[in-house]
Amino acid sequence: MTGLLQVGLLVVALAAAYKPLGDHMASVYTSTGHWRVERAIYRVVRVDPGSEQRWTTYAAGVLGFSFAGIVLLYLIQRVQPLLPFGFGRGAVEPGIAFNTAISFVTNTNWQSYVPEAVMGHSVQMLGLTTQNFVSAAVGMSVAVALVRGFARTGGDRLGNFWVDLTRGVIRILLPIAAVSAVVLIAGGVVQSLAAGVDVTNPDGSSSTIPLAPAASQEAIKELGTNGGGIFNANSAHPFENPNAFTNLVELFLLLVIPVSLTRTFGVLVGDRRQGRVLLGVMTAIFAAVLTVTWLAEANAGGTAATAAGAAMEGKEQRFGIAGSALFSIATTGTSTGAVNSMHDSFSGLGGGAQLLNMMFGEVAPGGVGSGLYGMLVLAVVAMFVSGLLVGRTPEYLGKKLGRREVTCAAVAILAMPTVLLLGTGIALTMPAELDRALNNSGPHGLSEVLYAYTSASNNNGSAFAGLTVTSPWFQSSLGLCMLLGRLVPILAVLCLAGSLVAQPKVPRTAGTLPTTGPLFASMLGGTVVLVAALTFIPALALGPIAEALA
Amino acid sequence: MTRLAASLPDALRKLHPRHQLHNPVMFVVWLGSLLATGYAVADPGVFPILVTAWLWLTVLFANLAEAVAEGRGRARAESLRRTRKDTMARRLAADGTETLVPGAELRVGDRVVVEAGQVIPGDGDVVEGVAAVDESAITGESAPVVRESGGDLSSVTGGTTVLSDRIVVRISTAPGESFVDRMIALVEGASRQRTPNEIALTILLSTLTVIFLLAVLALRPMAAYSGAAQPVVVLVALLVCLIPTTISALLSAIGIAGMDRLVRRNVLAGSGRAVEAAGDVSTLLLDKTGTITFGNRRATELIPVDGTPLPVLTEAARLASLADGTPEGRSVLELCGGPVEPAEPHEFVPFTARTRMSGIDLGDRRIRKGAASGFPVTAETRLVVDEISAAGGTPLVVAENDTVLGVIRLSDVVKPAMRERFAELRRMGIRTVMVTGDNPLTAKAIAAESGVDDYLAEATPEDKLTLIRSEQEGGRLVAMTGDGTNDAPALARSDVGVAMNSGTAAAKEAGNMVDLDSDPTKLIEIVEIGKQLLITRGALTTFSIANDLAKYFAILPAMFAGILPQLDRLNVMNLATPRSAILSAVIFNALVIVALVPLALRGVRYRPASASALLRRNLLVYGLGGVATPFAGIWLIDLLVRLIPGIG
Repeated sequence: MTGLLQVGLLVVALAAAYKPLGDHMASVYTSTGHWRVERAIYRVVRVDPGSEQRWTTYAAGVLGFSFAGIVLLYLIQRVQPLLPFGFGRGAVEPGIAFNTAISFVTNTNWQSYVPEAVMGHSVQMLGLTTQNFVSAAVGMSVAVALVRGFARTGGDRLGNFWVDLTRGVIRILLPIAAVSAVVLIAGGVVQSLAAGVDVTNPDGSSSTIPLAPAASQEAIKELGTNGGGIFNANSAHPFENPNAFTNLVELFLLLVIPVSLTRTFGVLVGDRRQGRVLLGVMTAIFAAVLTVTWLAEANAGGTAATAAGAAMEGKEQRFGIAGSALFSIATTGTSTGAVNSMHDSFSGLGGGAQLLNMMFGEVAPGGVGSGLYGMLVLAVVAMFVSGLLVGRTPEYLGKKLGRREVTCAAVAILAMPTVLLLGTGIALTMPAELDRALNNSGPHGLSEVLYAYTSASNNNGSAFAGLTVTSPWFQSSLGLCMLLGRLVPILAVLCLAGSLVAQPKVPRTAGTLPTTGPLFASMLGGTVVLVAALTFIPALALGPIAEALA
Repeated sequence: MTRLAASLPDALRKLHPRHQLHNPVMFVVWLGSLLATGYAVADPGVFPILVTAWLWLTVLFANLAEAVAEGRGRARAESLRRTRKDTMARRLAADGTETLVPGAELRVGDRVVVEAGQVIPGDGDVVEGVAAVDESAITGESAPVVRESGGDLSSVTGGTTVLSDRIVVRISTAPGESFVDRMIALVEGASRQRTPNEIALTILLSTLTVIFLLAVLALRPMAAYSGAAQPVVVLVALLVCLIPTTISALLSAIGIAGMDRLVRRNVLAGSGRAVEAAGDVSTLLLDKTGTITFGNRRATELIPVDGTPLPVLTEAARLASLADGTPEGRSVLELCGGPVEPAEPHEFVPFTARTRMSGIDLGDRRIRKGAASGFPVTAETRLVVDEISAAGGTPLVVAENDTVLGVIRLSDVVKPAMRERFAELRRMGIRTVMVTGDNPLTAKAIAAESGVDDYLAEATPEDKLTLIRSEQEGGRLVAMTGDGTNDAPALARSDVGVAMNSGTAAAKEAGNMVDLDSDPTKLIEIVEIGKQLLITRGALTTFSIANDLAKYFAILPAMFAGILPQLDRLNVMNLATPRSAILSAVIFNALVIVALVPLALRGVRYRPASASALLRRNLLVYGLGGVATPFAGIWLIDLLVRLIPGIG
């Protein structure tokens, strides 16, 4: 009952934010004026905010910015001893620094380290939090560039990456993050620059409980669908997520931009129904996956679960089944690496649902920006097949889907399964690595390896746990999965945008397939499910399906 | 069946890897079969040998589908080529002397003389003279047609025979490059270039293949980790079952068959691209005369004047038209109750250019019918005549002994069922525009009567071109028909330009299709053929992908139920053994190609409907059907396969 209440409150809050935030973001990416602080930034980085870019220049901007971010973040971690608030935590070891740099720049926030033992406040705030903002803004920029490809006619300009990036941070992410940080502090989230508090334990021994500027990072961690915890236990830690109220706020924050971006999309293409239908598909998938997980957890068998009255292993009492299931599906559906429970401890079916939710390509509703462009790419494929079925050269939103469009969409879709399956496959051929890394054998062990590569390749960042990933093989292969899983689709999406923007718009006639009704929605939903299912059924069969049927 | 057998040698020839490379998906099957063969030879057994054999059959069936389509095309090409038999040409030099040269040596610009009984050696324009030409070799139509220099009836086609008189033809196409030659190459599949849409689809299918290749590759270590390492033959079998072999095997057959359907309707297309574009057309420019209305005007009304009773006028009009063999004259008879010759002695008066009237003399009754200018008309008659002219009709005056009895109204008659046809097109999202030289008033009346969406009155060729440009600027694809030289720019500009075979060589060169029957209504059929081509591709793609679900249910439990017994619950088809399950899936996958060859050749049935209705229907038939069919098929095949020793 309280579970349904949480879902209800979440839906109401998101519905209330949908229109104002969606419209606000649309005006952010279309307005011609510049704020004074933005002008100052453009002057410093020598960007002419009035000039627009071709897709190649836009893509070069994204790539250059990302690689520069990786190098910078790596260096910040390596020079930690020179920075204040390090508390003697030393230079971050190269393997971790490499993996973490890629992880935060690619909006993954996969963490192969224990934050409170490895990262000081300076690295957290200067390095990781900065990337939490800009990596999210990069995702939104790419999504907006693609939307412009659909909305604009003729010409070859997609906007200016530096302007989109700056506005995304200054006009969208910073204001919301600032307000929500205060809300989270009010809700009980810790915000402190101290190393920790010394306490005397009941048995007389003393220990230090680490503190951190958690609330400020927590806000953008969720808002930017990043998910990197400032504490190892992430949102299960009482300093990051102390109660049901903060849990709900965090859920709202991580869903609000991906959800509202569909409205932005609708406004920008001049037909709000186009955005609503995407949201409908996202919601349907979300609801289906959530229902499966919830039911699986509520009805899980086994002696421990029976004794506890529910499958509470790895879950926090203060969140319960519903709060944990909801959080796990919201995060795996949005490329947020946050967890408020141990995904490893979910039932076979529940864990499988989380895996599948990521394998959909994280489009329900997806990461900030990446969810929208991921869904649009799938819509291109769905409309290509639909167009053939009605006997016309396929088109979507008035743009023809020819050779180049299909190629770009294909590359964007191929990248994730390629690195995911290759990574998992190769890892499983290395018994020495598995011996060291795996704590479980059998189907569950397979699920753990599969989850790690799924999370990395989809830039989710959450961990199934149960797998030790600090060896050079895992650090480097997962790092590569994150990098390719992020940048290859982005390049393909921008190429697609470049091809679309040059096209004239085909007028709508009675022969045009409408893309606003339930028929299109089912076609799109079917494509999402079918592509993922056909690709991953064998892997899922040997892992979670075998677990669930056992 | 006999056609299948006849195509077998071709299909075997196509097993050569050079040919297989054209089709990435089937190339993967080819490679997989080779790999499986290696393992089957190294470790022979009933199961690996049978699976390998059926993998090769999959490749063979795909080749067979293509070979059958090409075979049909070749038969069609043969009949076209018969018109291309070598003829001797009488080439005319500048000084007027004739030399006899083989037709194959003619160059563009050469002038040749053709006389009665001789075959025209190449495509060209009549530059001198007029002749009746038998074009049945090309069109199948036995009635001779008149070809004359100048004007829009100047074009002649190589291979047709001059029946009368002598003409001089200026050759406009080099031998081997004419429209017919290009079409022969297209239907034979030899020079068939893949169309943009086909390429895009191939990319999508290749992408799916790569995904499945990865999934199967990754399955190998996963299976090994799970303690159920899989033989290579089984992994290849799974891969071949999953990749979209059905659509890939039939893809080129669908394309060739599409061209073939066009040829069967006596339409020659310059490229497959044009056929595809036809499916996308959103604006049709239709000539009024011959397309929307009958080519000739027809009598539609009798208007008595000066107090004449209608029956008297009717009888007079009938009598006056008895000797009039023109279509107009026949239409008067139809209106007045048919040709019944009068019993009394009579004499017909044929039409002459001088009198501009025709009629009959019955004793002293001189009944005449003709243009108003040939009769002394009263004020009332003049009024009626002017009214008919103003409305776009043609008035014919009927008189007895110089007393005008009344006026026959000849007007355009819209062909039957045009209104339904246009409504159908509207549902398909196609806008129809009637193009006519008539004045706006007449054009409006006919447009309203025929139900056409829009009209262009008093149209000049420039107007047509402007209309096409403005439609295209709005992103629409335009199709039109034309025959005159002045249509050439518009034909070239339009996305689908269908030139009438009776038209000039310039028009034929400018368009991207030629209709041998010179029937402008065929444009509508061409649009349907284009759509059918795309739908067939889409339907088989959907079917092919939907099939995979059942194959997973067959093969995955077979692979892993041994080590993970719980997975046997997925064996919903209750297949006998792992071996029979895998073999059945492979056999189904191969047989479904053969089963769908007729559909690929015939094309999916196309009924004009809204896009949503079409999608819903096709998704239901080919999507849901594609999910259900293999469950039944694999289950049935398993019932037989389990009887094989070593399998069941």
